[in-house]
Amino acid sequence: MRTQALDNFCAWIERTPLSQAIQVTSWSVPAVQTVHILAIAAVMAAVFMLNLRLLGIVGIDRPLAEVSARIRPVIWWTLPILLLSGAILIVGEPVRALENWVFQLKMTLLVAVIIITLAYQAPLNKDSNFWDATSGRRGAIKLIAIVSLTLWVGIVCAGRWIAYV
Amino acid sequence: MVLDPLFQWLYATAAGMTVRENESLFPWLESIHVLAIALVVGSIAIVDLRLIGVSSLDRAVTRLTREVLPLTWVAFVVALLTGALMFISNAVNYAHNFYFQIKILLLVLAGINMLFFQFVVGRNADSWGISAQTTPLRARIAGGTSLILWVGVVAFGRWIGFTLQPHLVGG
Repeated sequence: MRTQALDNFCAWIERTPLSQAIQVTSWSVPAVQTVHILAIAAVMAAVFMLNLRLLGIVGIDRPLAEVSARIRPVIWWTLPILLLSGAILIVGEPVRALENWVFQLKMTLLVAVIIITLAYQAPLNKDSNFWDATSGRRGAIKLIAIVSLTLWVGIVCAGRWIAYV
Repeated sequence: MVLDPLFQWLYATAAGMTVRENESLFPWLESIHVLAIALVVGSIAIVDLRLIGVSSLDRAVTRLTREVLPLTWVAFVVALLTGALMFISNAVNYAHNFYFQIKILLLVLAGINMLFFQFVVGRNADSWGISAQTTPLRARIAGGTSLILWVGVVAFGRWIGFTLQPHLVGG
Protein backbone atom coordinates (compact mmCIF):
# COMPACT_ATOMS: atom_id res chain seq x y z
CA MET A 1 0.00 0.00 0.00
CA ARG A 2 1.37 3.37 -1.01
CA THR A 3 -0.75 6.50 -1.25
CA GLN A 4 -0.18 10.21 -1.68
CA ALA A 5 -1.34 10.75 1.91
CA LEU A 6 1.21 8.22 3.16
CA ASP A 7 3.94 9.90 1.08
CA ASN A 8 3.06 13.25 2.65
CA PHE A 9 2.96 11.76 6.12
CA CYS A 10 6.41 10.20 5.67
CA ALA A 11 7.80 13.48 4.32
CA TRP A 12 6.39 15.29 7.34
CA ILE A 13 7.94 12.77 9.76
CA GLU A 14 11.31 13.14 8.04
CA ARG A 15 11.29 16.89 8.76
CA THR A 16 10.59 16.52 12.49
CA PRO A 17 13.49 17.30 14.85
CA LEU A 18 13.46 13.73 16.23
CA SER A 19 13.75 12.20 12.77
CA GLN A 20 16.53 14.64 11.86
CA ALA A 21 18.39 13.75 15.05
CA ILE A 22 18.14 10.02 14.34
CA GLN A 23 19.28 10.55 10.75
CA VAL A 24 22.50 12.31 11.80
CA THR A 25 23.33 10.06 14.78
CA SER A 26 24.89 6.96 13.27
CA TRP A 27 24.75 4.85 16.44
CA SER A 28 21.08 5.52 17.15
CA VAL A 29 19.62 2.95 14.75
CA PRO A 30 21.74 -0.06 15.83
CA ALA A 31 21.26 0.95 19.48
CA VAL A 32 17.47 1.09 19.18
CA GLN A 33 17.46 -2.11 17.11
CA THR A 34 19.40 -3.80 19.93
CA VAL A 35 16.72 -2.75 22.44
CA HIS A 36 14.07 -3.94 19.98
CA ILE A 37 15.72 -7.38 19.59
CA LEU A 38 16.18 -7.78 23.37
CA ALA A 39 12.46 -7.06 23.79
CA ILE A 40 11.74 -9.59 21.02
CA ALA A 41 13.86 -12.08 22.99
CA ALA A 42 11.66 -11.58 26.07
CA VAL A 43 8.41 -11.87 24.11
CA MET A 44 9.52 -14.85 22.02
CA ALA A 45 10.82 -16.83 25.00
CA ALA A 46 7.53 -16.13 26.79
CA VAL A 47 5.46 -16.97 23.71
CA PHE A 48 7.34 -20.22 23.09
CA MET A 49 7.09 -21.38 26.71
CA LEU A 50 3.37 -20.57 26.73
CA ASN A 51 2.60 -22.21 23.40
CA LEU A 52 4.75 -25.26 24.14
CA ARG A 53 2.62 -25.62 27.28
CA LEU A 54 -0.53 -25.30 25.18
CA LEU A 55 0.83 -28.06 22.96
CA GLY A 56 1.53 -30.20 26.02
CA ILE A 57 5.30 -30.32 25.46
CA VAL A 58 6.65 -28.26 28.39
CA GLY A 59 5.48 -27.74 31.98
CA ILE A 60 2.48 -30.07 31.75
CA ASP A 61 2.66 -30.75 35.49
CA ARG A 62 1.21 -27.27 36.08
CA PRO A 63 -2.30 -26.05 35.27
CA LEU A 64 -2.55 -24.06 32.06
CA ALA A 65 -4.17 -21.12 33.87
CA GLU A 66 -1.17 -20.87 36.21
CA VAL A 67 1.41 -21.05 33.42
CA SER A 68 -0.59 -18.54 31.43
CA ALA A 69 -0.94 -16.12 34.36
CA ARG A 70 2.80 -16.31 34.95
CA ILE A 71 3.81 -15.67 31.35
CA ARG A 72 1.11 -13.25 30.18
CA PRO A 73 2.52 -10.16 31.98
CA VAL A 74 5.88 -10.64 30.21
CA ILE A 75 4.15 -10.44 26.84
CA TRP A 76 1.93 -7.45 27.69
CA TRP A 77 4.70 -5.48 29.45
CA THR A 78 7.22 -6.04 26.70
CA LEU A 79 4.92 -5.11 23.81
CA PRO A 80 5.03 -1.37 24.71
CA ILE A 81 8.86 -1.49 24.62
CA LEU A 82 8.63 -3.13 21.20
CA LEU A 83 6.14 -0.58 19.93
CA LEU A 84 8.16 2.36 21.28
CA SER A 85 11.53 1.16 19.93
CA GLY A 86 9.82 0.23 16.66
CA ALA A 87 8.23 3.68 16.48
CA ILE A 88 11.64 5.35 16.95
CA LEU A 89 13.04 3.27 14.07
CA ILE A 90 10.07 4.31 11.91
CA VAL A 91 10.55 8.00 12.75
CA GLY A 92 14.20 7.73 11.70
CA GLU A 93 13.37 6.17 8.31
CA PRO A 94 9.59 6.41 7.73
CA VAL A 95 9.56 5.44 4.06
CA ARG A 96 11.70 2.35 4.70
CA ALA A 97 8.99 0.98 7.00
CA LEU A 98 5.60 2.56 6.40
CA GLU A 99 5.65 2.21 2.61
CA ASN A 100 7.14 -1.29 2.75
CA TRP A 101 4.67 -4.13 2.14
CA VAL A 102 6.65 -6.44 4.44
CA PHE A 103 6.24 -3.96 7.31
CA GLN A 104 2.52 -3.73 6.56
CA LEU A 105 2.37 -7.53 6.58
CA LYS A 106 4.25 -7.60 9.89
CA MET A 107 1.71 -5.25 11.50
CA THR A 108 -1.17 -7.32 10.13
CA LEU A 109 0.32 -10.50 11.60
CA LEU A 110 0.88 -8.71 14.91
CA VAL A 111 -2.74 -7.56 15.14
CA ALA A 112 -3.88 -11.09 14.24
CA VAL A 113 -1.79 -12.77 16.93
CA ILE A 114 -2.86 -10.23 19.58
CA ILE A 115 -6.52 -10.87 18.76
CA ILE A 116 -5.99 -14.64 18.90
CA THR A 117 -4.15 -14.35 22.23
CA LEU A 118 -6.88 -12.20 23.78
CA ALA A 119 -9.54 -14.54 22.39
CA TYR A 120 -8.19 -17.72 23.97
CA GLN A 121 -7.14 -16.02 27.22
CA ALA A 122 -10.62 -14.59 27.82
CA PRO A 123 -12.41 -17.91 28.61
CA LEU A 124 -9.38 -18.99 30.64
CA ASN A 125 -9.87 -16.03 32.98
CA LYS A 126 -13.43 -17.10 33.76
CA ASP A 127 -12.83 -20.85 33.92
CA SER A 128 -9.25 -21.98 34.52
CA ASN A 129 -10.15 -25.45 33.26
CA PHE A 130 -11.83 -24.20 30.06
CA TRP A 131 -9.36 -25.54 27.49
CA ASP A 132 -9.01 -28.92 29.24
CA ALA A 133 -12.75 -29.49 29.65
CA THR A 134 -13.47 -31.44 26.46
CA SER A 135 -11.37 -33.28 23.90
CA GLY A 136 -12.62 -30.86 21.25
CA ARG A 137 -11.24 -27.92 23.23
CA ARG A 138 -7.96 -29.73 23.91
CA GLY A 139 -7.55 -30.14 20.16
CA ALA A 140 -8.61 -26.57 19.45
CA ILE A 141 -6.09 -25.06 21.86
CA LYS A 142 -3.28 -27.06 20.21
CA LEU A 143 -4.31 -25.72 16.84
CA ILE A 144 -4.41 -22.20 18.29
CA ALA A 145 -0.89 -22.71 19.68
CA ILE A 146 0.46 -23.79 16.29
CA VAL A 147 -1.18 -20.82 14.55
CA SER A 148 0.15 -18.43 17.22
CA LEU A 149 3.70 -19.77 17.00
CA THR A 150 3.59 -19.55 13.20
CA LEU A 151 2.38 -15.95 13.37
CA TRP A 152 5.09 -14.93 15.88
CA VAL A 153 7.81 -16.59 13.78
CA GLY A 154 6.39 -14.80 10.75
CA ILE A 155 6.50 -11.48 12.62
CA VAL A 156 10.20 -11.89 13.46
CA CYS A 157 11.09 -12.95 9.90
CA ALA A 158 9.08 -10.08 8.40
CA GLY A 159 10.90 -7.71 10.75
CA ARG A 160 14.27 -8.66 9.33
CA TRP A 161 12.97 -8.69 5.75
CA ILE A 162 11.96 -5.00 6.03
CA ALA A 163 15.64 -4.22 5.46
CA TYR A 164 15.68 -6.12 2.16
CA VAL A 165 12.45 -5.19 0.38
CA MET B 1 45.33 -12.56 10.36
CA VAL B 2 46.88 -16.01 10.77
CA LEU B 3 43.68 -17.79 9.85
CA ASP B 4 43.05 -15.78 6.68
CA PRO B 5 43.83 -18.73 4.35
CA LEU B 6 41.16 -20.73 6.17
CA PHE B 7 38.64 -17.89 5.83
CA GLN B 8 39.47 -17.51 2.15
CA TRP B 9 38.93 -21.22 1.65
CA LEU B 10 35.58 -21.04 3.47
CA TYR B 11 34.61 -18.07 1.32
CA ALA B 12 35.33 -20.09 -1.82
CA THR B 13 33.37 -23.19 -0.79
CA ALA B 14 30.18 -24.03 -2.65
CA ALA B 15 28.12 -23.22 0.45
CA GLY B 16 29.78 -19.80 0.81
CA MET B 17 29.17 -19.04 -2.84
CA THR B 18 25.53 -20.16 -2.66
CA VAL B 19 24.72 -17.87 0.28
CA ARG B 20 26.58 -15.00 -1.39
CA GLU B 21 24.91 -15.29 -4.75
CA ASN B 22 21.36 -16.27 -3.85
CA GLU B 23 19.53 -13.01 -3.21
CA SER B 24 16.91 -14.23 -0.77
CA LEU B 25 18.97 -16.84 1.08
CA PHE B 26 20.88 -14.36 3.24
CA PRO B 27 17.82 -12.48 4.55
CA TRP B 28 16.16 -15.81 5.36
CA LEU B 29 19.25 -17.00 7.23
CA GLU B 30 19.35 -13.68 9.08
CA SER B 31 15.65 -13.95 9.97
CA ILE B 32 16.10 -17.45 11.41
CA HIS B 33 19.31 -16.30 13.14
CA VAL B 34 17.48 -13.42 14.88
CA LEU B 35 14.64 -15.74 15.86
CA ALA B 36 17.06 -18.32 17.27
CA ILE B 37 19.13 -15.74 19.17
CA ALA B 38 15.96 -14.20 20.59
CA LEU B 39 14.98 -17.63 21.94
CA VAL B 40 18.49 -18.31 23.29
CA VAL B 41 18.73 -14.95 25.06
CA GLY B 42 15.12 -14.89 26.24
CA SER B 43 15.22 -18.42 27.65
CA ILE B 44 18.62 -17.94 29.31
CA ALA B 45 17.27 -14.72 30.84
CA ILE B 46 14.49 -16.73 32.50
CA VAL B 47 17.16 -18.81 34.27
CA ASP B 48 19.42 -15.80 34.98
CA LEU B 49 16.58 -13.82 36.54
CA ARG B 50 15.77 -16.81 38.73
CA LEU B 51 19.42 -17.07 39.81
CA ILE B 52 19.55 -13.35 40.64
CA GLY B 53 16.32 -13.69 42.60
CA VAL B 54 13.99 -11.58 40.44
CA SER B 55 11.43 -14.05 39.05
CA SER B 56 10.18 -17.68 39.15
CA LEU B 57 11.05 -17.67 42.86
CA ASP B 58 8.46 -20.35 43.62
CA ARG B 59 10.30 -22.87 41.47
CA ALA B 60 13.61 -24.60 42.16
CA VAL B 61 16.49 -23.61 39.89
CA THR B 62 17.07 -27.19 38.76
CA ARG B 63 13.44 -27.61 37.83
CA LEU B 64 13.42 -24.35 35.87
CA THR B 65 16.56 -25.29 33.97
CA ARG B 66 15.04 -28.67 33.06
CA GLU B 67 12.01 -26.88 31.61
CA VAL B 68 13.80 -24.05 29.82
CA LEU B 69 17.25 -25.20 28.71
CA PRO B 70 16.14 -27.72 26.05
CA LEU B 71 14.63 -24.79 24.14
CA THR B 72 17.85 -22.83 24.70
CA TRP B 73 20.01 -25.59 23.23
CA VAL B 74 17.85 -26.23 20.17
CA ALA B 75 17.77 -22.49 19.46
CA PHE B 76 21.52 -22.21 20.05
CA VAL B 77 22.29 -24.92 17.49
CA VAL B 78 20.03 -23.16 14.96
CA ALA B 79 21.73 -19.82 15.67
CA LEU B 80 25.15 -21.43 15.27
CA LEU B 81 24.28 -23.08 11.93
CA THR B 82 22.65 -19.99 10.41
CA GLY B 83 25.48 -17.82 11.77
CA ALA B 84 28.11 -20.14 10.27
CA LEU B 85 26.44 -20.02 6.85
CA MET B 86 26.32 -16.20 6.91
CA PHE B 87 29.94 -16.13 8.10
CA ILE B 88 31.35 -18.25 5.27
CA SER B 89 29.56 -16.13 2.67
CA ASN B 90 31.92 -13.29 3.62
CA ALA B 91 34.39 -15.01 5.94
CA VAL B 92 37.45 -12.76 5.67
CA ASN B 93 35.54 -9.56 6.28
CA TYR B 94 33.54 -10.98 9.20
CA ALA B 95 36.75 -12.26 10.80
CA HIS B 96 38.34 -8.82 10.47
CA ASN B 97 35.27 -6.95 11.75
CA PHE B 98 35.84 -5.55 15.25
CA TYR B 99 32.23 -6.06 16.34
CA PHE B 100 32.21 -9.65 15.10
CA GLN B 101 35.41 -10.37 17.03
CA ILE B 102 33.96 -8.93 20.25
CA LYS B 103 30.71 -10.83 19.71
CA ILE B 104 32.60 -14.13 19.47
CA LEU B 105 34.67 -13.20 22.54
CA LEU B 106 31.48 -12.48 24.52
CA LEU B 107 30.01 -15.81 23.33
CA VAL B 108 33.09 -17.67 24.56
CA LEU B 109 32.91 -15.85 27.91
CA ALA B 110 29.20 -16.71 28.20
CA GLY B 111 30.10 -20.35 27.51
CA ILE B 112 32.83 -20.34 30.17
CA ASN B 113 30.43 -18.70 32.64
CA MET B 114 27.87 -21.41 31.91
CA LEU B 115 30.38 -24.27 32.31
CA PHE B 116 31.62 -22.69 35.54
CA PHE B 117 28.04 -22.57 36.80
CA GLN B 118 27.33 -26.13 35.67
CA PHE B 119 30.36 -27.73 37.29
CA VAL B 120 31.32 -25.39 40.15
CA VAL B 121 28.77 -22.81 41.32
CA GLY B 122 25.62 -24.81 40.61
CA ARG B 123 26.96 -28.26 41.39
CA ASN B 124 24.77 -28.47 44.47
CA ALA B 125 21.85 -26.53 42.97
CA ASP B 126 19.52 -29.38 43.96
CA SER B 127 19.89 -28.36 47.59
CA TRP B 128 19.06 -24.66 47.04
CA GLY B 129 15.32 -25.18 47.37
CA ILE B 130 12.82 -22.68 46.07
CA SER B 131 13.37 -19.56 48.13
CA ALA B 132 15.27 -16.64 46.59
CA GLN B 133 17.35 -16.39 49.75
CA THR B 134 18.81 -19.82 49.15
CA THR B 135 20.51 -18.79 45.92
CA PRO B 136 24.17 -18.25 46.89
CA LEU B 137 25.89 -15.00 46.02
CA ARG B 138 28.08 -16.85 43.52
CA ALA B 139 24.97 -18.01 41.67
CA ARG B 140 23.62 -14.44 41.56
CA ILE B 141 26.90 -13.22 40.13
CA ALA B 142 26.82 -16.00 37.51
CA GLY B 143 23.27 -15.00 36.54
CA GLY B 144 24.11 -11.29 36.29
CA THR B 145 27.28 -12.00 34.31
CA SER B 146 25.32 -14.15 31.88
CA LEU B 147 22.67 -11.45 31.32
CA ILE B 148 25.28 -8.77 30.63
CA LEU B 149 27.24 -11.01 28.26
CA TRP B 150 24.15 -11.96 26.24
CA VAL B 151 22.99 -8.34 25.95
CA GLY B 152 26.48 -7.67 24.61
CA VAL B 153 26.21 -10.53 22.10
CA VAL B 154 22.98 -9.02 20.72
CA ALA B 155 24.35 -5.47 20.61
CA PHE B 156 27.64 -6.33 18.92
CA GLY B 157 25.81 -8.71 16.59
CA ARG B 158 23.54 -5.90 15.43
CA TRP B 159 26.51 -3.56 14.97
CA ILE B 160 28.16 -6.02 12.56
CA GLY B 161 25.44 -5.28 10.03
CA PHE B 162 26.27 -1.57 10.11
CA THR B 163 30.06 -1.88 9.89
CA LEU B 164 30.80 -4.89 7.68
CA GLN B 165 32.74 -4.39 4.49
CA PRO B 166 30.88 -5.61 1.38
CA HIS B 167 32.01 -9.10 0.45
CA LEU B 168 33.86 -8.08 -2.70
CA VAL B 169 36.73 -6.58 -0.69
CA GLY B 170 38.15 -9.65 1.03
CA GLY B 171 38.36 -11.89 -2.00
